[in-house]
Amino acid sequence: METSVATELRLGLPGRDRSEAKIISVSNKRSSSEMDDSCDPQQESVVPAQKAQVVGWPPVRSYRKNILQKKAESSSDGSAMFVKVSMDGAPYLRKIDLKFYTNYLDLLKALQSMFKCTIGVYSEREGYDGSEFAPTYEDKDGDWMLVGDVPWEMFVTSCKRMRIMKGSEARGLGCL
Amino acid sequence: MCLFQFQSVMNYFPEEVLEHVFDFLTSHRDRNTVSLVCKSWYSVERFSREKVFIGNCYAVNPERLIARFPRLRSLTLKGKPHFADFNLVPDGWGGHVYPWIEAMAKSGINLEELKLKRMVVSDESLELLAKSFPNFKSLVLVSCEGFTTVGLAAIASNCRFLRELDLQENEVDDLKGKWLSCFPESCTSLVSLNFACLKGEVNVVALERLVARCPNLRSLRLNHTVPLEVLQKILVRAPQLSDLGTGSFTHDPDSETFIKLKNAMKNCHSIRSLSGFLDVNGRCLPAIYPICISLTSLNLSYAPGIFSNELIKLICHCKKIERLWILDTIGDKGLGVVANTCKELQELRVFPSDLYGVGNTAVTEEGLVAISAGCPKLNSILYFCQQMTNAALITVAKNCPNFIRFRLCTLDPIVPDAVTNQPLDEGFGAIVQSCKRLTRLSVSGLLTDQVFLYIGMYAEQLEMLSIAFAGDSDKGMLYVLNGCKKLKKLEIRDSPFGNMALLSDMGKYETMRSLWMSSCEVTLGGCKTLAEKMPWLNVEIINEHEAGEGEGEASCDDRHRVEKMYLYRTLVGPRKDAPDFVWTL
Repeated sequence: METSVATELRLGLPGRDRSEAKIISVSNKRSSSEMDDSCDPQQESVVPAQKAQVVGWPPVRSYRKNILQKKAESSSDGSAMFVKVSMDGAPYLRKIDLKFYTNYLDLLKALQSMFKCTIGVYSEREGYDGSEFAPTYEDKDGDWMLVGDVPWEMFVTSCKRMRIMKGSEARGLGCL
Repeated sequence: MCLFQFQSVMNYFPEEVLEHVFDFLTSHRDRNTVSLVCKSWYSVERFSREKVFIGNCYAVNPERLIARFPRLRSLTLKGKPHFADFNLVPDGWGGHVYPWIEAMAKSGINLEELKLKRMVVSDESLELLAKSFPNFKSLVLVSCEGFTTVGLAAIASNCRFLRELDLQENEVDDLKGKWLSCFPESCTSLVSLNFACLKGEVNVVALERLVARCPNLRSLRLNHTVPLEVLQKILVRAPQLSDLGTGSFTHDPDSETFIKLKNAMKNCHSIRSLSGFLDVNGRCLPAIYPICISLTSLNLSYAPGIFSNELIKLICHCKKIERLWILDTIGDKGLGVVANTCKELQELRVFPSDLYGVGNTAVTEEGLVAISAGCPKLNSILYFCQQMTNAALITVAKNCPNFIRFRLCTLDPIVPDAVTNQPLDEGFGAIVQSCKRLTRLSVSGLLTDQVFLYIGMYAEQLEMLSIAFAGDSDKGMLYVLNGCKKLKKLEIRDSPFGNMALLSDMGKYETMRSLWMSSCEVTLGGCKTLAEKMPWLNVEIINEHEAGEGEGEASCDDRHRVEKMYLYRTLVGPRKDAPDFVWTL
């Protein structure tokens, strides 16, 4: 999707020198009239490239900001652990930070919320049998594994990317 | 009988009768009004007033306060301008409470309650406060800074009849002191204790014992270091609590401790207000379902660890909620559930959860419309959203004509209508036209002068207006200044309003508490003109550039734009505690 100059938003006041303008890069959600009407109206497809570098915006007290920062940093040994997540049938991928979660349950709930799908309950014997979707991941060896088989910490360090498969396709994995 | 005749009749009554009548006047506005009627009413009123509210600590000084209200028992003071909350005011600006406490102590004021907002509170102030007022009962600090746990220890140790210690969102240096243990065994009078904003550990044994010996304790808000096991023990000791702020709410949901907690919760029939969950494991949330049905106030806005699904499940139990503060992780779908469930909802605040780019999705205009359609009693909203449309705002305006406070913050400050790409002028215009009782408004998104034309025309009751990155020209600000007769506080940032607007009606500022303008087009010359003509205003310029930086000369040029200006009416002239970077013109 191209960002034309017209939709590039600047924060400079009229008359101010362009070089002084603070630039935000934002996703041009629905700003293009050629946008396909059949797209999901939620428009989560274009994730904002970066948050605006404006002092004091959004207007949130430091106290509150610190709490969110703490949460964003917690359960991480410093760096984040972003992995791509694709879902069969969805036109676009998402990226999530595995270090943001502390267990499989939280991760799956987040995925269900993000992709608006039902993943169901994991069982060692049946995998995610019976659910519409099953979460899988590619590990360091390049193999596609079912999410939930290995301890959480092992999963976080070995997961390269994830794919939410249609339940029918995933049945093969679950039976192993 | 008209007021004049009535007043003459009233003057035949002894002062005690007048005083007794005035006792029924609780609002400070009413009291201010009656004191203007005549000299004798002024006199009776001032000797009988016990509660004083000062919205700007620099509008008067301690001496005048004490001289006029010698029977003062309860004082509310506000210090820094509102935008200080968002880092727009440099450290050291001012708002010190010490001189007030010192003056009241010296004059023998029998202070019992002190409520401070956005003020600098030093440990010395707290120590002086604790030692000077033997009947001191209630300390409420909101968004303050400058003190440590040492100051809190002084309060705990010395205030023998302390009923309330309420710390809300303060920046406290937690020196890991034993402040909580400083409450003596003889302290049994606590009704309200809120230390949620403290970062350090407290002595949990001391906490449990304190709770056990204070039978009137109604409100308790813990910080995140208090583990669930301790919460469980506290609830067993204090089932009479009506307001609870949990600390950490994470534990193995299969453990015995957790089961004990569930049972303890079931026994707390009086809890109407719930907050906290600063650390939370979603699987522990079902423990609170039994109390959800009676809740009228729920604040989950400090709990980014609760996911959308869990939030929704929880909310389904909260049918009597009147006040709800949540994060935007609830999503539009979740807001739909709120709309279907919470028919008593009056105040909603939806805060942004993703300030650090983790990738959470936010809420949109859909959620707001759903709420407006489902919650007939809604009158106050603060809504941080990804996007907005005029159509949605127009619908909201139709659904909810009763808004008293309407604050909308688009995460991108100049985002246009998400569907039409137009400015959001019409949407906000509909809000002000429909909501005749609106007293507070914050606008955001792409906005032209037109929105201000609407605000000036329709927002007759508006007292506080917040503007950011909006408008095209001086006309915008003029519409507001000319139209909003009841305007008390106006704060503007990054908008193209200049001297013409600033100087058009200088007398207006004497009818207002304050005006803030930053990154606008007003110049030093304009501010100087205003300061010269209006002796009852303090016009302060905040100039953060060092004098030697070469900016020095340029910034003294009258044509130079002023970075930050804060002006306010005052009875006591320029303040003496202004730091170097604040120039009072």
